[in-house]
Amino acid sequence: MATETHDATAGACVDAGGSAIGMPQLCADWIPNQVFWLVVALVVIFFVLSRIALPRIGAVLAERAGTITNDLAAAEELKDRAADAEAAYDKALADARAQANEIVAKTKADIQAELDVELQKADAEIAARTAESEKAIAEIRENALQSVTEVAKETAGEIVKAMGGKADAKAINAAVAARIGGTS
Amino acid sequence: MATDTEDKGGLVFHPLDQFIVKPLFGDGAVGMFTITNVTLWLAIAVVCTIALFVMGTSRRSIVPGRVQSIAESIYGFIYKMVEDVCGKDGIKYFPYIMTLFIFILFANYLALIPMSYSPTSMIAVTAVLGFGVFIVVTILGFVLNGASFLGMFWMKDAPAILRPIIAVIEVISYFVRPVSHSIRLAGNVMAGHAVIKVFAGFAALTLVSPVAILGITAIYGLEVLVAGIQAYVFTILTCVYLKDALHPHH
Repeated sequence: MATETHDATAGACVDAGGSAIGMPQLCADWIPNQVFWLVVALVVIFFVLSRIALPRIGAVLAERAGTITNDLAAAEELKDRAADAEAAYDKALADARAQANEIVAKTKADIQAELDVELQKADAEIAARTAESEKAIAEIRENALQSVTEVAKETAGEIVKAMGGKADAKAINAAVAARIGGTS
Repeated sequence: MATDTEDKGGLVFHPLDQFIVKPLFGDGAVGMFTITNVTLWLAIAVVCTIALFVMGTSRRSIVPGRVQSIAESIYGFIYKMVEDVCGKDGIKYFPYIMTLFIFILFANYLALIPMSYSPTSMIAVTAVLGFGVFIVVTILGFVLNGASFLGMFWMKDAPAILRPIIAVIEVISYFVRPVSHSIRLAGNVMAGHAVIKVFAGFAALTLVSPVAILGITAIYGLEVLVAGIQAYVFTILTCVYLKDALHPHH
């Protein structure tokens, strides 16, 4: 800038060598020019900003704030719904568990009842069979006792006959019965 | 500032030449409507604004892209600043404050491109901004509050004897606001650029050139901070002044 040679016609504030005389800031010749162009620039910037830029940015910011609020609300709603779903799931699980327990208990009771019946039946059968067996044993014993009595009477009669005595059937029977202790 | 010290060995300093207003076409005098380098860099700032805020947001995506998210975070930053400082009823002035911030921000950062021109280093430019804010806020204060706007200068909780004195001080400080408001911005930007140029002048000396270049780098880094901070400071002070007009009774 400084090396440029300038005509002295450039103004009263520049010397022949193109350098400033004093402070260029205070050169009265240049002030109207600066003020004029400054006002032009400010007016242009003001209209650009106030007519186009600022409403646009304001709208974008408002829209963004709205979007964020909506998204947050939607997220909140979804969260609530998820919580509801979880609660429902838990409830269903608890119900299912309770139902399962109930079924288990019922089944157990059924089985127990059936078992009891079966056991009773089996006990009764066992008792019946036992009684039957006892009866059979008693009969066998009776028979055996009868046979023993008969054999004993006959043997006693024969012994008495062989010894030369007269076999008195009545006396022998009484003697045998007394010996065996039986009732017959 | 324009110090031509150590004029030996071709070491020349013209740190303020970067602020000269020049016509882009021809070598005529600079009239009011002449297209100059100021015009060019203001136009580039306007183009950058359009690129960032109009083209960058043209897709209106809910999930923003890179450029759109930059535009959105600047929007949110200034919107929150206006809301925090001025309150809910300050929101309707948000486009004006946004205009100021965007303009200063782009002007400051574009000025950091080598060989560029920095409009915000010119008192004429920042004075228009500063006095513009001052005049608008003052008129707004009277329109919204009527004569009770003057109550801002009358401290009710101060002792009665001190009140007139405080009122005088308050009035003076109120009228100094636009001056400090505009000179703060211009001074910061101009000083930084001038210092960089001075270091650049020293870089011509082989012996100190490494130091000079390091200095340029350091100052440049500082200027990157200053560019953003000054845009922020100008904007938040505008909000504070606006708050005084909206609620003069604290």
